[in-house]
Amino acid sequence: MSSTIAYLIIGISVLFILGIKLLASPKTARLGNLVAAAGMLIALISLHQPNGDYVWSQGWTFNYTLIVIGTLIGLVIGAIGAYSVKMTAMPQMVALFNGLGGGAAALVASLEFITIKSDAGLTAVIAVPMLFATLIGSLSFSGSVIAYLKLEGKFEKPMTFPGQNLFNGLILLVILGLAIFLGGHVNTPAFIGLFVLALFFGVAMVMPIGGADMPVVISLLNSFTGLAVAADGFAIHNNAMIVAGTLVGSSGTLLTLLMCHAMNRPVSNVLFGAFGSGGAAAGGAAGDLAGKTVKPIQADEVAVLLAYAQQVVIVPGYGMAVAQAQHQVRELSDELGKRGVEVRFAIHPVAGRMPGHMNVLLAEANVPYDQLCEMEAINPTMDRVDVCLVIGANDVVNPAAREDKSSPIYGMPIIDADHAKTVIVMKRSMAAGFAGIENLLFYKDNTRMLFGDAKASLNALVAQVKAS
Amino acid sequence: MESSFADVVFIFVLAIFVGIEVISKVPSMLHTPLMSGTNAIHGIILFGGILVLADAASPLAQLLGFIAVVFGSANVFGGFMVTDRMLQMFKKKKK
Repeated sequence: MSSTIAYLIIGISVLFILGIKLLASPKTARLGNLVAAAGMLIALISLHQPNGDYVWSQGWTFNYTLIVIGTLIGLVIGAIGAYSVKMTAMPQMVALFNGLGGGAAALVASLEFITIKSDAGLTAVIAVPMLFATLIGSLSFSGSVIAYLKLEGKFEKPMTFPGQNLFNGLILLVILGLAIFLGGHVNTPAFIGLFVLALFFGVAMVMPIGGADMPVVISLLNSFTGLAVAADGFAIHNNAMIVAGTLVGSSGTLLTLLMCHAMNRPVSNVLFGAFGSGGAAAGGAAGDLAGKTVKPIQADEVAVLLAYAQQVVIVPGYGMAVAQAQHQVRELSDELGKRGVEVRFAIHPVAGRMPGHMNVLLAEANVPYDQLCEMEAINPTMDRVDVCLVIGANDVVNPAAREDKSSPIYGMPIIDADHAKTVIVMKRSMAAGFAGIENLLFYKDNTRMLFGDAKASLNALVAQVKAS
Repeated sequence: MESSFADVVFIFVLAIFVGIEVISKVPSMLHTPLMSGTNAIHGIILFGGILVLADAASPLAQLLGFIAVVFGSANVFGGFMVTDRMLQMFKKKKK
């Protein structure tokens, strides 16, 4: 019997690994998700207690009624969340589901704690994973909820106070002290204290981070939840949970690092909030700009430029997501296409709030695949582009990343929008981007600013292009 | 099913490297679906919840286990469904 379970778990692990691998290619991504889901289904059907008892053939107790009801409630919540959420609000939904997973991981660890009756039952093999899962799981839960709220537009700005890192460090020390104490003692108040402090630490960790960095935070918390699940797997002797949780933990950590790499910032910089103070370093660049002014332009002029261009590149950014303007962007692109203008979209890896955020939004608006170009592919062709239309993107087109060594984003790969013959920047106001850095692009000779709400401006552009 | 602690650590270490190896080949445009997909995979915590709730011996344990199952279930089902919805859209535009 036990070897059958072992083989099943190998099969489940292979399905998860294949699933993630298939997710890596646009052609097979959907299949990959289904393969992973199939692995999950097999795991559910073949669920065994650590002692080898088949879960679904034990005597039916009230606990099983609770299991069925709880699973159904979760299914309904998940389905409503998954199918009612707008594509623009995707990152929030992922954050929320991740938080629930983290909460579940912490609760499973807590239940394991309840079953331990004496200090003697606390071997390191059980205590370490159990406390780790409690700590990381609850931190991931509260952190994800804050990330969700920030993406929903609540307290989006970083919340900081003097000595914050010291304060957070002290909380962490207390948490570690409690964890070490709990490693040798079954003490319920101390355990509750650990739980609550970990929840609080999740809030304290995410609050000082700005809304623009939430993708990194969600990715990190995603890998945290994975590790918490793996730790639970250690504590309750379930190898499938160890494999699945660890896969998520390691791939999530790498994804987090890749995201930070694309922004040219170390992960510590994101987490410990040196971003706000980056403005001081950008002072030099801002000084050079004194006396320079931006040149505004009206929608009818832009329409003429676009209608008679040969090559147009559109650079979407977070502003497009906020204005929910992806359908208008598609309309404009279609209208230009009808006139024989070649339109491409330049997608920066970290544009928007998650890597691939722009792809998802443009996909929702049915922009054809082959019009979406990655940054590396489009930059060498930028010199031949007549008009580059920047819609709500800021830091990812800031030439300071190339030119200004004192800039905090120096060295970050950017889309070379400024190499186009004319650059049109659509923006609500002259406020700096999330990075709080002046954008040198706005002051270039070939740049014109089209102020206003992206959706309204695009509607005007579509109408004018049709008319001209 | 009983395996030695060293075996389990062995699995853990190998899984770390597999996770890194598998993800390093994902184009950036698929990062959101990937994050969402891996998010669904850690929904396997639902089964952890089921296992501990099946053995729950007190009302408190039943309550905590019940919440764990609801959370885990929302994580796993919602996670896979939302990922599928996202990827469906990628496919549609290829026509």
